[in-house]
Amino acid sequence: MIYANHAIEIKNLIKWFDDFNVLNNVNLIVNHGEIVVICGPSGSGKSTLVRCINRLETHDGGNVKVIGETLTNDPKSFAKISSDVGMVFQQFNLFPHLTVLDNLTLGPVHALGLDQKSAEVRAYNLLERVKIPEQAKKMPHALSGGQQQRVAIARSLCMQPKIMLFDEPTSALDPEMISEVLDVITDLATDGITMVVVTHEMGFAHKVANRMIFMDEGRIVEEGKPSMFFKNPKTDRCKTFLNQILKH
Amino acid sequence: MKKNKLILFAFFLIFLSGCSSASGIWGWYVIDPSTKTGLTNIKFLIGGFTSTIQLSIVAAFLSIVLGLIVALPGISNNKFFRILSRIYVEFVRAIPLLPMLFWVFYGLPVIFKSLGLNINIDAFWGAVLTLAISDSAFTAEIYRSGIQSISRGQKEAAQTIGLNYFQTMRYVILPQALRRILPPLANQFIYIVKMSAFASVIGMQELTRRANEIVVTEYRPLEVYTLLIFEYLVLVLVISFAVRWLERKMGSNESLNN
Repeated sequence: MIYANHAIEIKNLIKWFDDFNVLNNVNLIVNHGEIVVICGPSGSGKSTLVRCINRLETHDGGNVKVIGETLTNDPKSFAKISSDVGMVFQQFNLFPHLTVLDNLTLGPVHALGLDQKSAEVRAYNLLERVKIPEQAKKMPHALSGGQQQRVAIARSLCMQPKIMLFDEPTSALDPEMISEVLDVITDLATDGITMVVVTHEMGFAHKVANRMIFMDEGRIVEEGKPSMFFKNPKTDRCKTFLNQILKH
Repeated sequence: MKKNKLILFAFFLIFLSGCSSASGIWGWYVIDPSTKTGLTNIKFLIGGFTSTIQLSIVAAFLSIVLGLIVALPGISNNKFFRILSRIYVEFVRAIPLLPMLFWVFYGLPVIFKSLGLNINIDAFWGAVLTLAISDSAFTAEIYRSGIQSISRGQKEAAQTIGLNYFQTMRYVILPQALRRILPPLANQFIYIVKMSAFASVIGMQELTRRANEIVVTEYRPLEVYTLLIFEYLVLVLVISFAVRWLERKMGSNESLNN
């Protein structure tokens, strides 16, 4: 149980998309309860890195350990911990044919074996937490983007995960809805849940991150505490990137 | 538009005049319910509905089940399964219905016998098997396109809330795919109803067989086959209305953004 100290342990991770080297020798250790924010230009491999943590992508080299479990090509390797890792997508990916409530109870009922009633109690608690309990009976398409993303967050939390992954959770949102989603994530951050967040919302990152990571061309170029990271980026690439996104 | 209507009306008049005159090309007396023979004939012909409907429903049900069983390996990540599914679809799709019916009805019992199995295939099950297998290749392709049209994010989201493959299919992918493929599936059902006419050649007493038998005794092919065509029309229209109703109920006509 040496690795139980770390929530996520990634060693020399390599990933190819055909002849494009999307992840090139990535090393990353995330401690339990730590909040890591990953930023970087598009195509730098940040989404792929996060997707390797919950097996949405397989890797071509290196080692990924999540809560002590080494992820291999055997689907069973991830099945054991799949309910421990939640994920929020850029495009929400709510189930459009199910009500908000059914979206939330589907996992607990079928994957965790909860009875419908306790799953609904859990669902309502979490809808309360993301501040939209009144939308429970609606269909996803009747909700605004910000509300849909909050439902998606609640859906993940219904599985009571130990790790939450966020893949650009606000990139598909209208500007006025970004803060309602970020508020919910910030609130989660105080909970002690391990989080890996890919985002370009630097104000939010500054506030919640324990550690900032900057990726470029499939590598982690720079990492550090937010205070240092934003004030004195060490590498030129990171400096340029931060200048570009903080300009306005 | 007006011209078309006029032509239609003219045809209708010719049709009606044929009905009334006994000396014309039409001889509707064969199925005139006011005469004794006519009534017997028409009862006999309409009696074929039962077999045609039973045959079509059982065959369509089997085809829908079989089609899914063939389609799922066809979209799996396993190359071997994909090839198996492909071979089935290409092979079955290439066999014309009539030769397949002969093979199943006359050939399959020989195979069973050589294996020491005492399985008799009567006309009904011969036709059901043939229609179901033949149609399943098409149903499988419909399933495949329907499932593949569901965005990848749905499968990924299901995976991240811990659902396994079958749960993902059952609760997330298939309910969405089904409402999209309902119209083409209904097409296939109509196709089965029409193709069930082939069962007449192996002696099944369905609509077409019965029509043939009356034609042979009465020598009035035009009237009997005209009625036969309208019998199928009625069946198909009933299916169409039922499917429209089902589509509305399942919301196939709404677009859901996902």
